[in-house]
Amino acid sequence: MALDVETIRKDFPILDRVVHGDKPLVYLDNAATSQKPRKVIEALVEYYERHNANVHRGIHTLAEEATALYESARDRVAAFISAPSRDEVIFTKNSSEAMNLVARVLADAEPPHRIGPGDEIVITEMEHHSNIVPWHQLAERTGAAVRWFQVTDDGRLDLSTVDEVITERTRIVSMVHVSNLLGTINPVETVIRRAREVGALVLLDCSQSAPHLPLDVRALGADFIAFTGHKMLGPTGIGVLWGRLDLLRVLPPFLGGGEMIELVTMERSTFAQPPHKYEAGTPPIAEAVGLGAAVDYLSGIGMEAIAAHETELTRYVLSELNQVDGLRIIGPNTAEDRVAEVSFTLDGIHPHDVGQVLDELGIAVRVGHHCARPAVVRYGIPATTRASFYLYNTPAEIDVLVRGLARVKKVFGG
Amino acid sequence: MNLDSMYQEIILDHYKNPHHRGLREPFDAEVHHVNPTCGDEITVRVYLDGAADEAKVVDVSYDGQGCSISQASTSVLTDLVIGRTVREAFGTMDAFVTLMQGRGQVEPDEDVLEDGVAFAGVAKYPARVKCALLGWMAFKDAVARVVGGV
Ligand SMILES: Cc1ncc(COP(=O)(O)O)c(C=O)c1O
Repeated sequence: MALDVETIRKDFPILDRVVHGDKPLVYLDNAATSQKPRKVIEALVEYYERHNANVHRGIHTLAEEATALYESARDRVAAFISAPSRDEVIFTKNSSEAMNLVARVLADAEPPHRIGPGDEIVITEMEHHSNIVPWHQLAERTGAAVRWFQVTDDGRLDLSTVDEVITERTRIVSMVHVSNLLGTINPVETVIRRAREVGALVLLDCSQSAPHLPLDVRALGADFIAFTGHKMLGPTGIGVLWGRLDLLRVLPPFLGGGEMIELVTMERSTFAQPPHKYEAGTPPIAEAVGLGAAVDYLSGIGMEAIAAHETELTRYVLSELNQVDGLRIIGPNTAEDRVAEVSFTLDGIHPHDVGQVLDELGIAVRVGHHCARPAVVRYGIPATTRASFYLYNTPAEIDVLVRGLARVKKVFGG
Repeated sequence: MNLDSMYQEIILDHYKNPHHRGLREPFDAEVHHVNPTCGDEITVRVYLDGAADEAKVVDVSYDGQGCSISQASTSVLTDLVIGRTVREAFGTMDAFVTLMQGRGQVEPDEDVLEDGVAFAGVAKYPARVKCALLGWMAFKDAVARVVGGV
């Protein structure tokens, strides 16, 4: 079923904006953050205007309403990813915090989950810095080593080495489900199968898949997944760590504070059960409510339909960009196992300059290394220009982009 | 179009035909600077003759990857500092930094900045000021390594 994009666009007030005088905004920076539908904005306003209170700690009306709203956001998110239990959904600040949480608690865990000297952590060359740096820090603290899968020239993971990279020493494999630089959808089944053989845990960075693809954590088969609200129509300041309940029960807590305890005496503390065990202090309540509204909106339209629309956009943008002289796609050049995020370079023109001229035409793209510097270096380039699409983008906007690139070439050509 | 105020012909000329580009021998100090937000990188070498402020800048050579603004401003820098004393070069640098940090409100002095006046428009784009200063900051750092803090 095709999306009614014109109707969808009316739900996003910001899409009516003009920039630089009279240029209609063409927002193609969705991989950095998405725009917000009126439903989400209204949920935030409504929360603050009518229900604001702290959660889990009052018996007055507003406290109960706020708690119910916050916990109902957890139910919606759990349903959105088909989590077996709502208690597996932990609210964090963003994906980065979710992944740091896992890296932190594994250093403090009891065997067999504890990561220590001689253990190995496996990542990939296409990770966002958020899924590299916490592991470097963990390795530094514990004496463990970080290993990684390489990427191929056409932007796929090189899994030919899967048996050598993931070994008996591997304690966790932490990898991106969909690359924010390349747009690649990774074949996580192959990696998970191997991880299971050696008894390693698996964390998937779903920051770029949760917004664009139907996700079912039971089918994915990982132990943890992380994603971030602001890329999927929700507010900033809210992210999600989903983890298998049996693991969340035995792993130690992350931050200590209010809400995450069972009992505190002056000598010691005991901890609450998941998810509260991992949510110290007053959580981002309004933000969680906003994320609940965002997943309602996405589910209302249907993730299958959104993914199908975006695949059409991927096909069209790839075919159009491939006709631009001097343009090199960084990432898979077909729409197969790929999302609508396209990184490219233009011969002899630096991405900064590409982005600047496009901005002048009202087109918002991202330029730089996209927090994935190792992968950018792997392709022998300093940076890329990235156009990333979402449910409200249209083929006509791709035409505007292509015309914009012609203008870029005119400014810098010859 | 607004952009014309940023991408002046002078800037595009320096970008397409950079002056003094390439790393050369001899040199007294070499530094490598990066702009972490965009990944631009530059290596700058300086070769001085003499001591402290009065040392003469005999050569500045560079190589790097970056946008038109960072590349062109480094090219302009070499024109402005080679053959001058460190004192003079730093004076010019101060004028350029003031221009770039002036949010488009500073009137540049063409006698001091020569082709550097073309960057006046860039000062209106906060995200690009760092690009324009990348080579200059590397130059300052390299000189300081040779003569000590000036
Ligand atoms: C693949 C990937 N992982 C992690 C992140 C980090 O998300 P956040 O900055 O919301 O923590 C991003 C977004 O920039 C991303 O694209």
